[in-house]
Amino acid sequence: MLIFERSHPGRRNAAQAPAHIAEIGSIPAHLLRTEAPLLPEASEMDVVRHYTRLSQKNYSIDTNFYPLGSCTMKYNPRACNSLAMLPNFLARHPLAPDSTGQGFLACLYDLQEILKDVTGMAGVSLTPMAGAQGEFAGIAMIRAYHDSRKDKARTEIIVPDAAHGTNPATATMCGYTVKEIPSDANGDVDLAALRAAVGPQTAGLMLTNPSTLGVFEKCIVDIKNIVHDAGGLLYYDGANLNAILGKVKPGDMGFDVIHMNLHKTFSTPHGGGGPGAGAVGVSKRLAPFMPIPLVDKSPSPQPSPAGGRGSSYRWLTEEDLPQSIGRLSGFMGNAGVLLRAYVYARMLGAEGMHRVADFATLNANYLMAELQKAGYSVAFPQRRASHEFIVSAKELKDATGVSAMDIAKRLLDKGFHAPTTYFPMLVAECLLIEPTETESKEVLDSFVAAMKEIREEAFRDAPMVKGAPYSLPVRRLDDVKAARELDLTWRPA
Amino acid sequence: MPFIPHSDADIRDMLASIGAANIDALFEEIPPALRSGKLTRVPAGMNEMQVSRLMSERAAQDAPLLNFIGAGAYEHHIPAAVWQIVTRGEFYTAYTPYQAEASQGTLQVLYEYQTMMASLTGMDVSNASLYDGASGLAEAILMAVRAHKSSRKVLLPATVSPIYRSVVHSIVKLQDIELVEVPFDATSGTVDMQALQQHAGGDLAALVIPQPNFFGALEDVDALTDWAHAQSALAIGLVNPLTLALLKAPGHWGSRSPLPNPDKTTSHSTKPASGQVAGYLPQAGEGANVSLRDSKTYGADIAVGDGQPLGAPLSSGGPYFGFMCCKQALVRQMPGRIIGRTVDLEGKPGFTLTLQAREQHIRRAKATSNICSNQGLMVTAATIHMALLGVDGLRRVAATSHANTAALAVQAGGVHGVKRLFGAPHFHEVVLHLPKSSAEVLAKMQARGVLGGYDLQPHYPQLGHALLVCSTETKTAEDLQRYVDALRHALS
Repeated sequence: MLIFERSHPGRRNAAQAPAHIAEIGSIPAHLLRTEAPLLPEASEMDVVRHYTRLSQKNYSIDTNFYPLGSCTMKYNPRACNSLAMLPNFLARHPLAPDSTGQGFLACLYDLQEILKDVTGMAGVSLTPMAGAQGEFAGIAMIRAYHDSRKDKARTEIIVPDAAHGTNPATATMCGYTVKEIPSDANGDVDLAALRAAVGPQTAGLMLTNPSTLGVFEKCIVDIKNIVHDAGGLLYYDGANLNAILGKVKPGDMGFDVIHMNLHKTFSTPHGGGGPGAGAVGVSKRLAPFMPIPLVDKSPSPQPSPAGGRGSSYRWLTEEDLPQSIGRLSGFMGNAGVLLRAYVYARMLGAEGMHRVADFATLNANYLMAELQKAGYSVAFPQRRASHEFIVSAKELKDATGVSAMDIAKRLLDKGFHAPTTYFPMLVAECLLIEPTETESKEVLDSFVAAMKEIREEAFRDAPMVKGAPYSLPVRRLDDVKAARELDLTWRPA
Repeated sequence: MPFIPHSDADIRDMLASIGAANIDALFEEIPPALRSGKLTRVPAGMNEMQVSRLMSERAAQDAPLLNFIGAGAYEHHIPAAVWQIVTRGEFYTAYTPYQAEASQGTLQVLYEYQTMMASLTGMDVSNASLYDGASGLAEAILMAVRAHKSSRKVLLPATVSPIYRSVVHSIVKLQDIELVEVPFDATSGTVDMQALQQHAGGDLAALVIPQPNFFGALEDVDALTDWAHAQSALAIGLVNPLTLALLKAPGHWGSRSPLPNPDKTTSHSTKPASGQVAGYLPQAGEGANVSLRDSKTYGADIAVGDGQPLGAPLSSGGPYFGFMCCKQALVRQMPGRIIGRTVDLEGKPGFTLTLQAREQHIRRAKATSNICSNQGLMVTAATIHMALLGVDGLRRVAATSHANTAALAVQAGGVHGVKRLFGAPHFHEVVLHLPKSSAEVLAKMQARGVLGGYDLQPHYPQLGHALLVCSTETKTAEDLQRYVDALRHALS
């Protein structure tokens, strides 16, 4: 039932709105609306019950194992939320003077410094509001760099075929054409194809490492040299940063620019689709082009109450970075998300961060080993998994008709969120599985048990598996009807 | 180990299963020369008690002052229930609803949100959100250029927020789109129609129409929409969603606009779910038998803006969310996720992501945008916020904000040397002209605990000592008096 169907004419929440309807006489009638918008008339309790019950129709990290590959669905510590929602943080207007937000600015400055260390980059800007906006910022900086050198012939961005769809879409938004290159049989970038692809038209290469195939690009140094020798720059898609946190720094791999998905590696919540945060890190030569605002620190003009000099923080703007690619958000990106990431980073500390990649990788390799023992084929059995790996259900489908999608839906019945399905598209009947470091061995074992059961069910009663799920609020939905007979808004009967 | 549950025995058993001697062996494929990721500048970890102390001390530095700044972010009361429900783990820690059967909660919220926003804006359809209003406007401009096909020129009036214009420049300039500024009339503070007319007859993709505009003034949206359509350009309405509780919806802008079209999917006006709501009086001619099916000739084509006034705290600038609604004919050009209602195997209604063929994970380099994640949690807050306030509550908030600002303008105008700029009717922001530099006055007001407004001087030097002031429903008569006292003191 929709909230509109719970609406009752004349019902309103007196406690939540001003008591009087104020005069609006000074606004001419032709500028006013004449029809009431379609909003429910419901009591506070009706609304609370309705949305509480809706929440119960979701799988979430807090309720289910959520091994959604490439999304890093790790536990979101509660302290990060409660501390980011301290009343003074919530109440501050974004255009209030810097002097009224020194606590907030200090957190952002510290986070910039932490992320510089993590990535091995010279500068960090926190403003992009999502991974895809971080990608935009990164490629826009690459373009600004070439433009600043009057190198106008570079019109092409190279993207491996295993890349996230955001990579080619971003290159297009930045005015580039996209050249796709294949992966080799081991899941690495095909070096011969890369050599053939680069030239004076190459603006840069976008690379995810470890790749979406769940393996580390062994020839990363060769890749770097090929692209740099051709005059192009290297973009690191940090979607899989969790796999190398505290192990390898993208700056050490020779990358010029990186975006980080703080909602993945730094455990800010995914919120049913967002908000995320896509901070970017850059090498020295790209630093002048970083998106604004940035936070700068200087010795305070006044002595601090504790004695000695304190610090004072301020926004850097257009005047400080005249070559900046500019602003990407109205104020300061998803500021509250950045506070959550900061709290998480402080709780982990250097030692905790070093362990993230260790245990994310341990969990992935363990799960891969156990699923192989349970009879599943993995895409790259000859390789170590990074923090994620691919199971291909092709053999099972050939034998029983049960596809990757059917396995995904049957997993829902067994209380697990499904892995990422049919991405990357290079592997047939692909299930991309990322357990993250925060899951225990028992949870992984129960997931393996469920996968084993599904395999047995596939051989015993394939139609049953293909009909899954059975235990959720709805059965499998008709996506074709959804797209053909568009019903995007409710209308009263 | 923070947030890692493994015991030593677990680690041993897991390595044995893998056949690896130790965890380091799992990284053997990484060239040894690169494995130098030692963190040298990240401080040591803190436990929850320590980090709570740190953050509480930081927050204590940021004690709020009495705020009269708006300029794109507005202080409103948010019902307590909103964020208590939003931060339930089931909403807070779920992801994009790729697995529809296990995400019906989020999907239904988004469908309800789309319904509310489409109705509020008077448009046919809504997406499930963009990042914020400024980047949303950039997406609307890109969408208009895609839809228009022949022109890449867009008119962006100087009455649009300078911050928004700056963001639009950053995002669209790389695609060779020409942005042309239209000046404002110095008397009214709205788009200069004569200056606009100089662009008549040219090939134009779109005109952006802000309502209320950055000065809080109300544009003649009907005339502007008609003008855009007369040039075969799209009309992009840039609106504050809260104000739409009172103001004419973008979908109804234009000379033939007051007339609802019975065939239009979102024309709820013919049969409101809740009957006649007090305060919305039918205008003469409503319901007359006029066909409005020609989607080119009336109503904004795209409505976009920042959803922050609907349940998002100010929080130093984010997260907020961008909303985007459009005419049905443009839905396949819209960026961002869209939720559709359909049925399951048994014919039971349910919700799912739809029209995904527009998006980057399918279309890659040919997608409508590179957007992937959106602002789902903020939309959840907005949906609950709108459900709690309802039509009547939203209207009271909007009307009280308007009246408070009107009262403030009158009282501030009584201070010697202060006068109101611009004669156009305003919504909940006004521009005051001061006899001294705005920056100096603001600093003095701040010393008395009042954030006196947004200094317009850097962006609009031609206005002189100008200040943009906002008062929402959160301000009492005493608050307004404090403002006036602080202003008087600052000018004395």
